[in-house]
Amino acid sequence: MATSILQSSQLMPHDALHSFVVEAGDPFLLELDKGQVVRIVDLEGNQAVDTLFYNAHDYADRYSAQDTIREQGNVYLTTGTQLISTNGNVLLTITADTCGRHDTLGGACATESNMVRYDLSKGHMHACRQSFMKGIQQWGRGLEKRDITSNINFFMNVPITPEGGLTFEDGVSDAGKYVELRAEMDVLMVVSNCPQLNNPCNGYNPTPVQILIWDSNVH
Amino acid sequence: MESTTLWTETVPGGATWSHVLKRGTALRMTDVEGGANVAAYFLNFEIPAERFNLPDTLKAQHTARLTKGHALYSDMGRILCSITEDTVGWHDPLCGISNGAQVEKKYGKLSYQQARNEWHQNARDGFLIELGKYGMGSRDLHATVNFFSKVTVDDTGDLRYSANNSKPGDYVELRAEMNVLVVLNTCQHPLAPGAAYAPRPVEISISKVSPPRTNDPCRMLCSENTRGFLLTELFFL
Repeated sequence: MATSILQSSQLMPHDALHSFVVEAGDPFLLELDKGQVVRIVDLEGNQAVDTLFYNAHDYADRYSAQDTIREQGNVYLTTGTQLISTNGNVLLTITADTCGRHDTLGGACATESNMVRYDLSKGHMHACRQSFMKGIQQWGRGLEKRDITSNINFFMNVPITPEGGLTFEDGVSDAGKYVELRAEMDVLMVVSNCPQLNNPCNGYNPTPVQILIWDSNVH
Repeated sequence: MESTTLWTETVPGGATWSHVLKRGTALRMTDVEGGANVAAYFLNFEIPAERFNLPDTLKAQHTARLTKGHALYSDMGRILCSITEDTVGWHDPLCGISNGAQVEKKYGKLSYQQARNEWHQNARDGFLIELGKYGMGSRDLHATVNFFSKVTVDDTGDLRYSANNSKPGDYVELRAEMNVLVVLNTCQHPLAPGAAYAPRPVEISISKVSPPRTNDPCRMLCSENTRGFLLTELFFL
């Protein structure tokens, strides 16, 4: 599989069922029906969008980063990637991608890991896990911290080297780039639009993203 | 490192093993025949909601492989275990574990009724059964590490399994930095080539070891680990 497969979409924003803008530092939760398509637009560029997916009928069956990269034989996510669940189901497929590279090894930032990675004083800065926790608590259907597992970072660039190195690099995304996914079963999407200020994942300037949903009869 | 061996046993291939590894002890795993794979998962025994976090482990140490000097981080900014000895040099943190469908597809189905304890087992079932004994389930099983196995990532991101990574007698030692529930499974690596179901045994030993000093190589590996050890020690104040 190539590093990135650039693919644009024929779907028109004016046909979308819903359109939301999620500000940096906010959570966003939405159920997608099988066949619906979700597009995440990096409105201003270089914005990491931390995202988890669950089988809408069984939250224990959820996105698995390790199963996804092993089954496709490649560590990066792009057009054609099937997002695999812990029970081996295909949750969604990436159907369009104008960015070309998305990470699933870098995980989400947390106040605790920020203390380790940057400085003990960074523990009071906002972080994705705070947003994930708030989002799932407000959702109120039994989701807990243990359900926040290894996520996808849309638009984030975390290159792995043949020698086994891993770094957070400046994003390859730009204003208006998007990624689009088709739900292959009913899923719950949980997003944290990343507030990280300590590394280049958001270009040191976290910005809003747009989330568009199309019904299955439109495409 | 000075140590006193407290326990040794051999875990056969395809088996699952768990133990609450106490702070001040270390677990050594030795590849008896060569070509072993040990999938591993770690939880804070006192607060099991705190468990191994693979992304935090990799990004804190800027690595996509594990070897001597690396720490295994929890999701709370603390260190569960650190790798104090390693004759292998590369342990795979990327590829996860086998499951029932995969093992059946690759090796064929072989039931207990047919083969008794030579039956075809998979790592996911082994982990879930073992976690169940501690009152946990599939929601508690997150990303795992594959000790003794090597999978590299090329410039395009493709995964490549490296054969013959671990030789007979190779070992890796994990020092517990808190009281850690360790769960191990000795099924084959999910990307191991070959059609033969042949999981390898591993020898386990537990030793008493001295606590990490101020100049401990794991603590000094990077400034992230220095802070990680400090935050782990704070947990015990």
